[in-house]
Amino acid sequence: MTIRVHNRVTLTLALLLTAALTALPFLNWAPNRLVSGQPLGLQQVANGLGWWLLLPALLLMLLAFWPQKRTSLALTLLCSETLFIALIAAGGYAAASLAQQGHPLARTSLGSGFWLAAALALLMATDAISRLTRQALWRLLLNAQIWLPAVFLLLSGQLDALSLLKEYANRRDVFDQALSRHLLILGGTLLPALLIGVPLGWYCCRRPAIQSSVFATLNIIQTVPSVALFGLLIAPLSGLAREFPALTTLGISGIGMAPALIALVLYALLPLVRSVVSGLQNVPQAVIETARGMGMSGGQIFRQVEVPLALPVLLAGLRVTAVQTIGMAVIAALIGAGGFGAVIFQGLLSSALDLVMLGVIPVIALAVAVDTLFKLLLSGIQRQ
Amino acid sequence: MIEFKEVSKYFAGKAAVSDLTLHIAKGEFTVLIGTSGCGKSTTLKMINRLIEHDKGAIRFGGEEIRRFDPQALRRRMGYVIQSTGLFPHWTVEKNIATVPKLLGWSKPQIDARVSELLALLNMEETFRHRYPHQLSGGQQQRIGVARALAADPEVLLMDEPFGALDPVTRATLQQEIARIHRLSGKTIVLVTHDIDEALALADRLVLMDGGKVVQQGTPTALLTKPVNDFVRRFFGQSEWGIRLLSLGLAGEAARRGEWLEEESIAETLTLREALSLFIARGTDRLAVRDSNQQPLGVLHFADLLRQKKP
Repeated sequence: MTIRVHNRVTLTLALLLTAALTALPFLNWAPNRLVSGQPLGLQQVANGLGWWLLLPALLLMLLAFWPQKRTSLALTLLCSETLFIALIAAGGYAAASLAQQGHPLARTSLGSGFWLAAALALLMATDAISRLTRQALWRLLLNAQIWLPAVFLLLSGQLDALSLLKEYANRRDVFDQALSRHLLILGGTLLPALLIGVPLGWYCCRRPAIQSSVFATLNIIQTVPSVALFGLLIAPLSGLAREFPALTTLGISGIGMAPALIALVLYALLPLVRSVVSGLQNVPQAVIETARGMGMSGGQIFRQVEVPLALPVLLAGLRVTAVQTIGMAVIAALIGAGGFGAVIFQGLLSSALDLVMLGVIPVIALAVAVDTLFKLLLSGIQRQ
Repeated sequence: MIEFKEVSKYFAGKAAVSDLTLHIAKGEFTVLIGTSGCGKSTTLKMINRLIEHDKGAIRFGGEEIRRFDPQALRRRMGYVIQSTGLFPHWTVEKNIATVPKLLGWSKPQIDARVSELLALLNMEETFRHRYPHQLSGGQQQRIGVARALAADPEVLLMDEPFGALDPVTRATLQQEIARIHRLSGKTIVLVTHDIDEALALADRLVLMDGGKVVQQGTPTALLTKPVNDFVRRFFGQSEWGIRLLSLGLAGEAARRGEWLEEESIAETLTLREALSLFIARGTDRLAVRDSNQQPLGVLHFADLLRQKKP
């Protein structure tokens, strides 16, 4: 029997993972939250028991040489999942035992080795899932169950000794506020963007003459760096607020939510209008012609024919827009719009990396969740 | 039923149709034929006001079509196009029900009508809940025709309906539409550039060129009494005789009172098909049976020659 690599992806990822675990620090230990700590390798974690983490990685490498059938893929998924959970559990356990020995101000944070290994384990699991099934719902459910044990560990307090969670415990109010503010920015951007973008895209489709000028304008807006656009809006908005003090009571001023939402809506318009236009252009001319020929009115054609047929493309555009907005909203914190960006920048300014992480992780989670939601919606529509 | 009086249509200052005068009688199968760009499709679309005429008058049932509400007018006319234009996100049932629904028919009424139309077009009930992309090209066009007939329109407008189909499917659907015309007596206006299709279907043929009618009349009249060289060339000098034969039926030309004890042919076969059989069997006489499978007569090879004098 010849030896053949059946899954290059798993093999590469498992090799990288082993390298990350052996060469990079698994944890960082610092006497307090502001000084930079000393790195701890895998051998220093949990009295040397940390080496056991390499066992699933080894199994994954072996599985890559197996023909990729249902059972071997399920085993790959199981191994990478176990590895992922074990990494988190090991981190939490090591932090807890370090906390018992040391000073209460001492901080144990997760090191680059952990982050890289966890990300690689997740990638392997996702790869195995995408090879296992093609159905969007099953993929989603399988991907979601990976997180169940992690969430359980988090809620049961096993991870509380980690610096990341200590930051959370200290800033719970700020965190909750940042979450609701971030969601508010997202909703406050998408709703006006839809209200402007859909009619604008529809109009562009009806009047191809204006289409190029609309897209040129939106393209120029898109090329302005976000920080610059936020800055540019400060002067006119604060001028307005000074001129008409009544506006201030509505919350309009040079800094804060108003300029952030205006800038984010402007950025959202390009992908949104483009998707509306290409969605409507996707509707076959013959279908519109017969619809007219059978005596449907313009409104009936729009509602019953054009909208349903353009919806998948529009939703795909909305998905891009939503994910883009979640990311850009971080920068809006620079002009006082709040959200997770505020947490991140505070961490950066005080060079507290765990605080940065406390802002970054939920932003990523939010983006992934919104993306998945749209993906599910799209697959539901397309199945019809 | 439909009258064009000195109708002209201009696109960007250029006449697509000029001074067109045409009378389409009730119950007649009219075929508009010509080369591409001759204005035949434009003429058809002016009837249901998908294209508005610039000059002259078009009357539907004696009244100028501009007086009608365009949507109400279109709901009284079935419309079929080459690429079917079925709604891809609707089932067959919902597609067929489009116009009845616009007209506010009740649910049981629509259901019954859909069944009736599926049966009329030889489609099984099981197709009801399928989507257009699950059907073959021929089946899709059957549904396209069923949808156009759904609200029992007074006129059926067809714009190259069978142009995209393979020859076998096209021939079957041509027979279906001829049968539907015989059964329902509907006024049908069909646009095509396929000469054989036009000859097979038309009661009246309208040959157009450069936005004008060159000649109109029965297929036989156009073949045997062409008004000019264009008409003669259009029907093809080399195939002219064959095309003339396709207008005659074996049953009409057969000599009564004679019979041959050999494999007989159906009376509905065209003389063109009979010619093919003469050659294939290497004979100069063919027995013809009638629709009840009873002996009708014998067709002689020489009978084909008599077709020249209508």
